Amino acid sequence: MIQLNINDKVYEVDASADMPLLWAIRDLVGLTGTKFGCGMAQCGACTVHVNGTPVRSCSFPVAAAAGKKITTIEGMNEKIGEAVKKAWIELQVPQCGYCQSGQIMSATALLKSKPHPTDADIDAAMQGNLCRCGTYQRIRSAIHRAAEMI
Amino acid sequence: MEKSNNTQSRRSFLKVSSITGGGMMIGFSWLANLIPNEAIAATTATKDWIELTGFIKIFPDNRIVILSPNPEFGQNVMTSLPMMIAEELEVDWTKVIVEQGDYDTPRFKRQFTGGSQAMRMAWKPLRTAGATARLMLLQAAANEWNLPVAELTASNGFVNHKATNKTASYGALATAASKLTAPEKINLKKNGEFSLIGTPQKNVEGSKVVTGKPLFTMDYKQEGMLIAMAIHPTAFGMKLKSFDATEALKMPGIKDVFEIQVYKNGYVKAGFDTRTFNNLVVVVGNTTWEVMNARKKVNIQWEAFQPYKEFAGAGNNKREDTIPAGLESSDQHLKQMYEKQKVQGKILRKDGEPEAAFAKAKKIIEKTYSAPFLAHNTMEPISCFAHITDEKALFVAPIQIPDMMKQSITANLGITADKIDMKLARMGGGFGRRAYGHYIVEAGLISQKMKAPIKLIYTREDDMTNGVYRPSYMVTYKAALDEKNNVTAIHIKGGGIPENAIHENRFPAGAFENYLAEGWDIPSNITIGAFRAPRSNFIASAEQSFLDELAEAIGKDPIDYRIELLKKAKANPVGKNNEYDADRYIGVLELVKEKSNWGNPKNKNTKRGVAAYFCHNSYAAHVLELSMKDGQPVVGNIVSALDCGVVVNPEGAKNMIEGAIVDGIGNVLYGGLRFEKGVPMQKNFNQYRMIRMKEAPKKIDIHFVQNNIDPTGLGEPPFPPIFAAFANALYKATGKRHYHQPFINDLNKG
Repeated sequence: MIQLNINDKVYEVDASADMPLLWAIRDLVGLTGTKFGCGMAQCGACTVHVNGTPVRSCSFPVAAAAGKKITTIEGMNEKIGEAVKKAWIELQVPQCGYCQSGQIMSATALLKSKPHPTDADIDAAMQGNLCRCGTYQRIRSAIHRAAEMI
Repeated sequence: MEKSNNTQSRRSFLKVSSITGGGMMIGFSWLANLIPNEAIAATTATKDWIELTGFIKIFPDNRIVILSPNPEFGQNVMTSLPMMIAEELEVDWTKVIVEQGDYDTPRFKRQFTGGSQAMRMAWKPLRTAGATARLMLLQAAANEWNLPVAELTASNGFVNHKATNKTASYGALATAASKLTAPEKINLKKNGEFSLIGTPQKNVEGSKVVTGKPLFTMDYKQEGMLIAMAIHPTAFGMKLKSFDATEALKMPGIKDVFEIQVYKNGYVKAGFDTRTFNNLVVVVGNTTWEVMNARKKVNIQWEAFQPYKEFAGAGNNKREDTIPAGLESSDQHLKQMYEKQKVQGKILRKDGEPEAAFAKAKKIIEKTYSAPFLAHNTMEPISCFAHITDEKALFVAPIQIPDMMKQSITANLGITADKIDMKLARMGGGFGRRAYGHYIVEAGLISQKMKAPIKLIYTREDDMTNGVYRPSYMVTYKAALDEKNNVTAIHIKGGGIPENAIHENRFPAGAFENYLAEGWDIPSNITIGAFRAPRSNFIASAEQSFLDELAEAIGKDPIDYRIELLKKAKANPVGKNNEYDADRYIGVLELVKEKSNWGNPKNKNTKRGVAAYFCHNSYAAHVLELSMKDGQPVVGNIVSALDCGVVVNPEGAKNMIEGAIVDGIGNVLYGGLRFEKGVPMQKNFNQYRMIRMKEAPKKIDIHFVQNNIDPTGLGEPPFPPIFAAFANALYKATGKRHYHQPFINDLNKG
């Protein structure tokens, strides 16, 4: 059994050590806000925070997350996360919405390290998150808007 | 007031019933998420709503639920379609609760996501549904108060009688209203008289999306549900020969490994059935990771298939198709297409005497354009939930046109249509891919075999290598010029694998005395399907690039030249069947010219390209600004002009146009799926380059032509012209024209 601390709640999961954190979160814990997109850290849909750092959970073994503080979209409730979600609604970012959990997790991590990012900072931090619907400009604007709110 | 006859079947469309059941909406934790808040969930649990017209549920406490009929894949119809109902129902939009309707096309009449038709086709029926309910509520109040209905008004969910100060909520009137006969004649508001339609409204599911609520098929789960994956051949042209599952079955969590045949032998395929990979090896287990691991242990032999025949179509259109054998490669495709360009094609349209004009020409401009196969690459890979029992066939499916799957599901699962109970999950993208619901049949077959609820999941690799691609195309545009540099003839010739992209009756047909369009196609076993603005997405890129080059060759401004041709086509149209409305076409060109300060650009450091197109009943024009940095194009600002008639929800509409623009830039610059010996060379996002944040435009400035034309559609029209706006700007920035997509290949060669 592996102990996972997800969104300040402890879960015991019966997973092989190499199971990606994504599938432990989705299939075993049952939180489905974290999405499966590519399985090889190419699209960012599965982004979660491990000890505050954004990681691609599809390529992060569950054993490596044991004992660490994991935050998923469902637990993204502190000040910066709330501001990001609010900005996402205000600027009506989502289209299909499937990538947006990952976008929000990456954006929140960016704003934690850089409260007032430039366009170039955003481009660099968000380059790993694909949006097939093409909401990139709105994401960029919403990150600036969230920065204003914080 | 606009007259609308209630000609739909009164029994089904205007179903007026007092529902005390509705139990099928309750009981799934996943479905509880379709209900917006706990309060309404509690109310819903009492099952005491009144249903009017099939689209509206009214609760005693005056809560109004509107059902959205069409599947949602990000185009925001779950907001804009209910807005149409709410407009005529006269309710407070901020208090309306929207729910996704289940698959029930007899009730909703049309549940169709595709072809940019949602707004257009729903425009009268949905407003009529709202108006019908309003009139019944008014009549119920009139009966109750013993007053003439003409003295009553409806607003914000209440019926009022001004003279006596009487007022009653819809909630209080709903039961009595539901017992009335629906009115025959309905007056709808005229375009321009709306209070809700035309105002920017937020996506009704936005807060669920940003908090990670389980909205998608991938997120669906049920007690006892198993996970299934299906392994298809590694190459087009191959089929399953044999497999050995001994090792896979020993893996932890694995329940079974077996073969399924998707379509039965002799099954006559309908329009949205595919012919990709009919025999699959299925691995079923407890969790996704266990199945992912076990599938690697299945030892499978594939073999090349021989040409085979299958049936498609219905009635008089029933036909026998031959699927060619062979392991095809992109290099070979290109050679085949160039060969086809050398021989006579099928004449699609001929005006005047084009051959004579070319024979007499002083100068001929001839350019050939090509584009590769494209994969849809929806962010949510293909998935489907199925639980087939003797009593019913429950599906949770991401499907664009559910009713088109009825034949396939019933015939191939051997069940009757009345057993189908299908929930329409929010789709993680569609772009045409999810019109082809082979995965629903696959999931159903797997559930039947396992006698259990199952969720079929495609990996990204399964999804990208499964076919149903945008075809690969080639076209040559040729113009004959006389000694005065007048264009005397146009010749368009092209085709594709396996179909050509030419719309012979579209602009510039009608503007030239001598015009010839011819086409050809090359059969292939690589499967294709609709991809946002099918065919238009290629032919516009070629046509609008060629017009740019032609305008330059004859010394004319590219916008002015297009307008000149359109005016000519309007005043003196050549030939018959010209599909476009020249005035609306000119309208978007003039608007984009004005809004972009075309003659006097603000930013002198960037270069600009323009393109316009008509497809799917609407008109779009873009001006794209571009500069080069380290040999790579950097897109700056984009100005767009759209004519799609009345814009129902400008907020959603703008988002979709922005998406189409980003999608087009990504595809013209990076998109492409290559084949070697039948094997797709791009299998995941490390190999298939998608547009990312850094490459997205800096700003998109969207303008709508203001008019009172009924909505004509928007999901596709802004997509095709952006390819050429990009190409034309790239030429201005580099001095070199690009003809072969994706342009990144040539750019990287230097």
